[in-house]
Amino acid sequence: MIKESHLNIFVLGLLIFVPFFAYWNDQPFTITLMTRAVIFAIAAVGLNLALGIGGFISFGHAAFFGLGGYVMGILAWHSQNYVTLVEWPILIEGTKSMPIIWIITIAASAFLAAIIGMISLKTTGVYFIMITLAFAQMMYYFSTSWSAYGGEDGLSIYVRNNFPGLNTLDPIQFFSICCVILLIVLFFMGRLIKSPFGLALNASRQSRQRIEAVGFDFHKLQLTAFILSGAITGLSGALFADLNRFVSPSMFSWQLSGEFIVFIIIGGVGRLFGPVIGALIFVWLEHLIGGISDYWHIFLGFILLAIVLFGKGGIIGLLSREDAQHE
Amino acid sequence: MNNPVLEANKLCKTFGSLVAVQDVSIDIYKEEIHAVIGPNGAGKSTLISQICGSLSSDKGSVFLLGKDITNLPTEKRASLGIGRTFQISALSKEDTVLENAILGSVGASGKHWKFFNPVLKNSILRDEAEYCLEIVGLKDLINLKTATLSHGQLRLLEVAVALTLKPKVFIMDEPMAGLGSDGTKQLTEFLDKLRERAPILLVEHDMDAVFALANRITVLDYGRIIASDKASSIKKDPEVQKAYLGEG
Repeated sequence: MIKESHLNIFVLGLLIFVPFFAYWNDQPFTITLMTRAVIFAIAAVGLNLALGIGGFISFGHAAFFGLGGYVMGILAWHSQNYVTLVEWPILIEGTKSMPIIWIITIAASAFLAAIIGMISLKTTGVYFIMITLAFAQMMYYFSTSWSAYGGEDGLSIYVRNNFPGLNTLDPIQFFSICCVILLIVLFFMGRLIKSPFGLALNASRQSRQRIEAVGFDFHKLQLTAFILSGAITGLSGALFADLNRFVSPSMFSWQLSGEFIVFIIIGGVGRLFGPVIGALIFVWLEHLIGGISDYWHIFLGFILLAIVLFGKGGIIGLLSREDAQHE
Repeated sequence: MNNPVLEANKLCKTFGSLVAVQDVSIDIYKEEIHAVIGPNGAGKSTLISQICGSLSSDKGSVFLLGKDITNLPTEKRASLGIGRTFQISALSKEDTVLENAILGSVGASGKHWKFFNPVLKNSILRDEAEYCLEIVGLKDLINLKTATLSHGQLRLLEVAVALTLKPKVFIMDEPMAGLGSDGTKQLTEFLDKLRERAPILLVEHDMDAVFALANRITVLDYGRIIASDKASSIKKDPEVQKAYLGEG
């Protein structure tokens, strides 16, 4: 048995070491694979706030992931084709600048999460699962029918967006950008979980009565968590679209929403590094077993089954004991 | 005479054709324990929910220190000073004892929207939570997971969390439920002293505890008050004996 914090450091080390090792050995594909894992990890860390800490299972987080992808796609498409985005009342042009795209993505995802959250959080349990799924499906079908931005074919972005001072087309540099974002998100999430807000959100999952009896507004608490959660997942969507230089309706697909949940379950629900471990394992399994058989999901199914049956805390729960001392 | 700390006027609640609470008025004054007793289904829990806000009232009003709180949501009432303990412990079982208590301190502080600084390192909140745990005698258990506590300890933790709110009035829903005779005795002694901090509206089935503690007793049956008087008079009331105390 190892301490959870030691396991986290090990995973973090692996996450950073593998791509740089691949870089020295000239294996850009491995770097891209790791970038993919990191981006999925960010998405799932976002979802984990709602699902793991808040306890409301969103089966529609692809809505934010896809939205992030389309915000990036649309802004970059306008920029690369020299078409203004909005002409009236003020002139808005597309942009290829990552930081600007990120800020707009976060704002847009938070806004979408506020709308979806205000409606869906009136329900609980299986109804919440279904209503979030419905919203994501609405986004999916909307994107397939929006022919101005490629419809079902999606949008191709020829050159990756810019980040000041870096060559983003270099795999290791793009990986570093994504990895730093993951670290920042993890840092803030780690603080958030221990903050008064995190404590209350955690308690609200366990007893709504309790949280109201000590004076918290249950709905505001959940809605705030959902907005933060959606914003983080949205940001990862913009990165994912940048990684592939392509965005399509498949980024809104319900399978993706399900995969985010699977990452969390594999790694450990509600654990800070659960989604990171889950995303890493998922991406590597997909690569390794997927190379042998097209039916690799069967193996994933077995692993998932084993984890759900034998280790409620996911991989982290299996490997580490509870940190005994709380400072 | 003083004004009552908590005052409920002619509360009514029906569920379909079932009248759960009808024209129930009750008040609580400083430093007193006002017990509400009655057989199962008499409307005690409904009454508590109406006072605490988890159920809306069809008619009637609730005043806390003269302020009308009839239409406020539960969390507003809690921050105004209603400290409730639950019949079935509503605690964060996966968290530690300290975390449960500190949640109360955070709730009472009104600073709910802090996202960055660790709550356990906030010495003001922490001292407050530890102080309340010390009052109920759980100070030595602060780092234990709540799920590992005994039933009696859970009841005390419920009270400790309510204490962190610095309530104007305690509303206690069967605090003795499930306690052994030792536990009941201890809690009775504790509540006896607690009334000096804030008066208690006590719903309880344990008659020995009720008569040991209550200054006044209100008896409910079929949603209506059949008697409300000093504890000593209630004991002798023939109607009460018939309805509830089993012919004395």
